[in-house]
Amino acid sequence: MDFGLILDRFLEAALGTDAVYFAVAAIGLNLHFGYTGLLNFGHIGFLMVGAYGVAITVTFFGLSFWAGLVVGILASIVYALLLGLPTLRLRADYLAIVTIVAAEIMRFLFRAVTFREVTGGSFGLQGFARDFYAINPYPPATYALGPIDFSERQMWLLTVGWTLAALLAVGLWLLARSPWGRVLKAIREDEDAARSLGKNVFGYKMQSLVLGGVMGGFGGFILATSQQAVQPDTYSPPVTFFIFTALILGGAATVIGPIIGSMLFWALLSATDAFLRQGVSSGVIPSWLMDGVQVGAVRFMLVGLGLMLLMIFRPQGIFGDRRELALER
Amino acid sequence: MRARWVRRSVVALSSLLLLLLAGPAIAQTAVPSEAAAEASEAATEPGVEEPSETVFGFLRRPGEEGEEDVPVEGAQIVIRTDGQEVGTAETDADGRFEFGLPGPGQYEAELLLDTLPEGATLTSEAEDANILTFTIAPNQTRPLLFRLGESSSVTRGLLREFLQLSVEGVKFGLIIAMAAIGLSLVFGTTGLVNFAHGELVSFGAILAWFFNATLGMHLIPALLLALVVGAAFSGLVDLGLWRPLRRRGTSLIAMLVVSVGLSLFLRYAMLYQFGGRSRPYRQYAIQAGIDLGPIRIAPKDLIMVAVSIIVLIAVGLILQKTKIGKAMRAVADNRDLAASSGIDVQRVILFVWVLAGALATLGGMFLGLGEQVTWDMGFTMLLLMFAGVILGGLGTAYGALVGSLVVGLFVQLWALFLPAETKNVGAFVVLILVLLVRPQGILGRRERIG
Repeated sequence: MDFGLILDRFLEAALGTDAVYFAVAAIGLNLHFGYTGLLNFGHIGFLMVGAYGVAITVTFFGLSFWAGLVVGILASIVYALLLGLPTLRLRADYLAIVTIVAAEIMRFLFRAVTFREVTGGSFGLQGFARDFYAINPYPPATYALGPIDFSERQMWLLTVGWTLAALLAVGLWLLARSPWGRVLKAIREDEDAARSLGKNVFGYKMQSLVLGGVMGGFGGFILATSQQAVQPDTYSPPVTFFIFTALILGGAATVIGPIIGSMLFWALLSATDAFLRQGVSSGVIPSWLMDGVQVGAVRFMLVGLGLMLLMIFRPQGIFGDRRELALER
Repeated sequence: MRARWVRRSVVALSSLLLLLLAGPAIAQTAVPSEAAAEASEAATEPGVEEPSETVFGFLRRPGEEGEEDVPVEGAQIVIRTDGQEVGTAETDADGRFEFGLPGPGQYEAELLLDTLPEGATLTSEAEDANILTFTIAPNQTRPLLFRLGESSSVTRGLLREFLQLSVEGVKFGLIIAMAAIGLSLVFGTTGLVNFAHGELVSFGAILAWFFNATLGMHLIPALLLALVVGAAFSGLVDLGLWRPLRRRGTSLIAMLVVSVGLSLFLRYAMLYQFGGRSRPYRQYAIQAGIDLGPIRIAPKDLIMVAVSIIVLIAVGLILQKTKIGKAMRAVADNRDLAASSGIDVQRVILFVWVLAGALATLGGMFLGLGEQVTWDMGFTMLLLMFAGVILGGLGTAYGALVGSLVVGLFVQLWALFLPAETKNVGAFVVLILVLLVRPQGILGRRERIG
């Protein structure tokens, strides 16, 4: 058992592209769930809309990557408005169902052969982020951060991504302290009370949904750019649940929670993977218990178990405050 | 109090784990021949590498009235991946073809129509009916089915197509309804939106597959046994997880998130145990349809529809006539009032979970019989169930029935005018439209939506 390797995997995943797109998306989800109490179970829909916004703009319309970002942001806003209209007046569990269903609608549409010329069908679209890598300031080399290596492309994406995550976290912190943020928290605590004070609850919820949705779109940009590809099945419902797990792990309604939660989520997932694979190949884990193929499934079983245990025993996560959670309804 | 429930949950969880871990051991000891075959497959020397991913099939066309099918010889099937041709298979004197694929992945098989003998045509008139796309997993051998026969579209007008799809829709709607009523009853009595309900559906289907294919039981006793185990499992989850959480006063939103965690856990446990490929039951997997007036339906589908209707009537009678059914409705109506009039609420809820488990298992098995059994079949189903339940009115058993039938019909009839691949979108769009117009659902009560 090579614990050095497991530690490397842990660190690599904590800083890697998966963690950074999760962190950005989780900050958006934090605005929805942590601050406003919206149970958005289709957050992946925002990532999908953002990612495809870029990809389609570049590959189908032939515009630049930067124009694609604008389109992606606009698409996220429109998606949020469409999603919010029928659902924001309803109870939290209805919102959960409709958001997950809406994300699936988008995935089915992006998959459909009918629109293959635009969306690439189930194969998706590739090679739309050249503009982004063309302005990479890192000269080609291998960059070592302690025991782990990144290529210049990864370095560039990670620099942009983590900077964005930090900016968004600080921005959200400022917003949450503002009068606007206090109204959101009031809605989370007691919608009727906020309404009786003359606040337009629907309007505030919609603003939160749009803003958090755009952050989800940013997450989609990072994911799509890191892979230079979009493929509809990358954006399947469980990913939302994983983002939720990361958010709750770090602590909802906190500044640092979504970032640390995402880093820890991927670090633990990756380290568990390395641990189990080594165990399987060295025979420490007997073959009747699991083989190399099953390791993937076992990791996600552990995620599910982790989410249950977290929610039962420590719903506030690492940094959160139990009283700040929209659970008492 | 707390210690007790912790202990109980630990017992329940560890028994769950034991069940999961014992699975592979049972699977290996029960069918040594299959295990051995798999082992020898895995141990093939790299030198004599034979493609382990294979497709095969038979081309036969129906003979004259009352005669046997005639094999089609010399027909060619071109296999492609990513638009690149991989090779061509040709049918032999028995109409059989077989093709070893270069590896797992997505492929396309095109039956070259001009290689078919005079008089043999595909049943379907669709433009690309001679092209099948399929995905193949490592070491998988799968059949490809090109249906030959007299073309049906000449006689089949829009009305006939409509009737045929309506029947399919009712069948699918009934299957959704059976699974969804449990979801709705659980919501009605406990207020929990159970995201793990889809996993009860897959679990039921996989249990039946395990008894049927691995243990070699005939499908019907396998179904009955799976029904009992599925119901018991659902009850155990209530005893081991939900009841302690209720007792602890965990909020409904927190329980909803817990159910998401449970859903992930169970779903990936099934991937771990069952694997990623889809598998059929041993009996009744493929049945020729019989003609009933303008529609064609397989006998198994007729039986499934009949059983579904009987089961749904039985559930209705339980709710209306029996003591426990009345108690269930009382708890759903007003839990505190029910408790203070002497109803054992926890026992009623346990019964609801057992009933929900049994119905979900039955729904899963029927779904698996119509298509095939996969590890994540329940999750797709869950979203359709949600659509049905919300359409009918969350928390009402009859609403779930009505809503699910609407969803089933809509999903099937969608294919009449729009591409079939987007048919689930239809159900979801209806759901969102209904929420805009009548958020409490067709049979729901205004107060429930808060």
